[in-house]
Amino acid sequence: MQKAVLTGEMFTQGDIAAAEGALAAGCRFFAGYPITPATEIAERMAYRLPRIGGRYIQMEDEIASCTAVLGASYSGVKAMTATSGPGVSLMNETIGLAAMTETPMVLVNVMRGGPSTGQPTEASQSDIMQAKWGSHGDYEIIALIPSSVQEMFDLTIKAFNLSEQFRVPAFVLADEIIGHMRERLVIPHEDEIEIVNRKKPTVPPEEYLPFKAEEDLVPPMATFGDGYHFYATGLTHDERGYPVMDDETQLALIPRLCDKIRKNSAKITEAKTLETEDAEILLVAYGGESRTAMRAVKDARNKGMKIGLFRPVSVWPFPKEQLKEAAANAQHVIVAELNYGQLVGEVERVIRNEVPVHLIPRVCGSPHTPDDLMKEIRRRIK
Amino acid sequence: MTVTTRSSSDYRHPILEYIRQDRLPHIFCSACGIGTVLQAFANALRSLNFDMDRLVVISGIGCTGRASGYFESDSYHTTHGRAIAFATGVKVANPNLKPVVISGDGDLFAIGGNHFIHAARRNVDMLVLCVNNFNYGMTGGQMGPTTPDSAITVTSPDGNIEHPFNLVSVAAASGAVFVARWTALHARRLTKSLEKALQKKGFKFIEVVSPCPTLYDRYNRHGSGLDVMKRYREISVIRNFTDPMKAEIDYRTRIVCGEFVDTEKPEFTDLLASQAAELQKR
Repeated sequence: MQKAVLTGEMFTQGDIAAAEGALAAGCRFFAGYPITPATEIAERMAYRLPRIGGRYIQMEDEIASCTAVLGASYSGVKAMTATSGPGVSLMNETIGLAAMTETPMVLVNVMRGGPSTGQPTEASQSDIMQAKWGSHGDYEIIALIPSSVQEMFDLTIKAFNLSEQFRVPAFVLADEIIGHMRERLVIPHEDEIEIVNRKKPTVPPEEYLPFKAEEDLVPPMATFGDGYHFYATGLTHDERGYPVMDDETQLALIPRLCDKIRKNSAKITEAKTLETEDAEILLVAYGGESRTAMRAVKDARNKGMKIGLFRPVSVWPFPKEQLKEAAANAQHVIVAELNYGQLVGEVERVIRNEVPVHLIPRVCGSPHTPDDLMKEIRRRIK
Repeated sequence: MTVTTRSSSDYRHPILEYIRQDRLPHIFCSACGIGTVLQAFANALRSLNFDMDRLVVISGIGCTGRASGYFESDSYHTTHGRAIAFATGVKVANPNLKPVVISGDGDLFAIGGNHFIHAARRNVDMLVLCVNNFNYGMTGGQMGPTTPDSAITVTSPDGNIEHPFNLVSVAAASGAVFVARWTALHARRLTKSLEKALQKKGFKFIEVVSPCPTLYDRYNRHGSGLDVMKRYREISVIRNFTDPMKAEIDYRTRIVCGEFVDTEKPEFTDLLASQAAELQKR
């Protein structure tokens, strides 16, 4: 039997690294539908899962894929799907159901140009807001953005862990640059990989209330087949899981679904910084675009300009406190993203007009060049 | 001769242990067929002494979509049309579980039609029990994929001009290994088919033609729920192993009931398991 964790070094693609990260995290179920530029994840899972005791299924569409993932998760198996923006548009119905029935699941979105069929083979970061607001109603999800092949592996594991811990859908929001980039990947020994599993009920079935949260606002989750005989529904439900349409039940449920992420955000948010301590101009970039930004920071520093980079690793919840700290000395904040302005709104909400926030958008398939960023930096520097 | 009497409090309905008693009374209208179908299903579970720890009842949206909430088993209420896709995930992730999808004609064959045909094609082990009342009841009686020619509904106020699906024909053509149709009048025969289907491996489909006296049958002047049941008695005929393509369903003339398909085919999760076992030896 093949090993689930391929400890060692390899030179590989981001999409493959995400698949290997999922397997290392304990994922044993994948349901998906072919789509560029995420298909390599499905291909890897179709090859690897049956060889390590897992199951792969190609469904009839993305709605079915995401829904099958929920069925697998409720049956006690860590499960994921992978797709791109058009697929996420279909899966959003089920993302809402996953949020409502508090289902751990991971969705890797390798972003391509949109809207609609857009640019299937080109890079984009235009699904940042879709991840957050894709389904109707008030709910929260977790989304992590990898900026290297190594992070495709690491953050897919982290997405599984957070998803299990908070019983919430977790996105890995990769762009096509990172998905198809080939770099060195180091896979640690499985004993060195931290794995988090969902809380299971400790009470006997007759005392189990499937949606009664504990102090962390997360309810323990029983598994189909364990004799707990519980009911879960996408309707507004009480602690028993039964549909109840009154104000009191909605008020007990919906704020908790949001607050279990908002109030625990310090345990979830992550950001990386480069040369921000004395930065007068703070660049904000993530994913493939952050690789360009890293180069721009180095070039600018070589020329004596005080430039730093803030890179959100968790985008939802957004690392507000980390951004405030990184922007403490900045006179200008420049947001470079591969869309027509999405995360810039969140940056503005945090910076609150204290200093100007400038957007350098790009909507045409390839990242900015370091020179593009340098031009904007020179315009802003005194 | 001594006569013993029992007070009603001594009487315990034999299917109660299969039902979430704290959810009663149920939401279904008087004379609706869903209650009959759920009772038949509970009776089938009881007569088989079915392992309730392995049962997962899954439903979509609509009147019949509420079915999953009434069984004392693991159960899940999906979004509209997605019960079969969820059941596929359950079965593939844990083949020891026995998913049963109970849902309506609109949920399973309009919004969920794609999932139905593909789960049948793959032959995923599950039972799909469809209550066909020819309209969307929960939202107020709109036309759907089974609404007959010329029938009046709130969204076909001048008569339906669409051609309806013949559900047993769709199921058979898609690859189901067991296909049956009954009406809500045929409670005992339905129960027997359910028992058979619950013991059979693969994708099984049972359609139950049901009155909707509140909406569909009222708009079409079919009389009370009892009148509709009387009509079922007049026009239904049992023709086991009739070609499903020819299994007529017409309230004006004839409803052909029976078990139309009962065949064997390798089941999807068995095939997955045997392929995986081979691969793991390498």
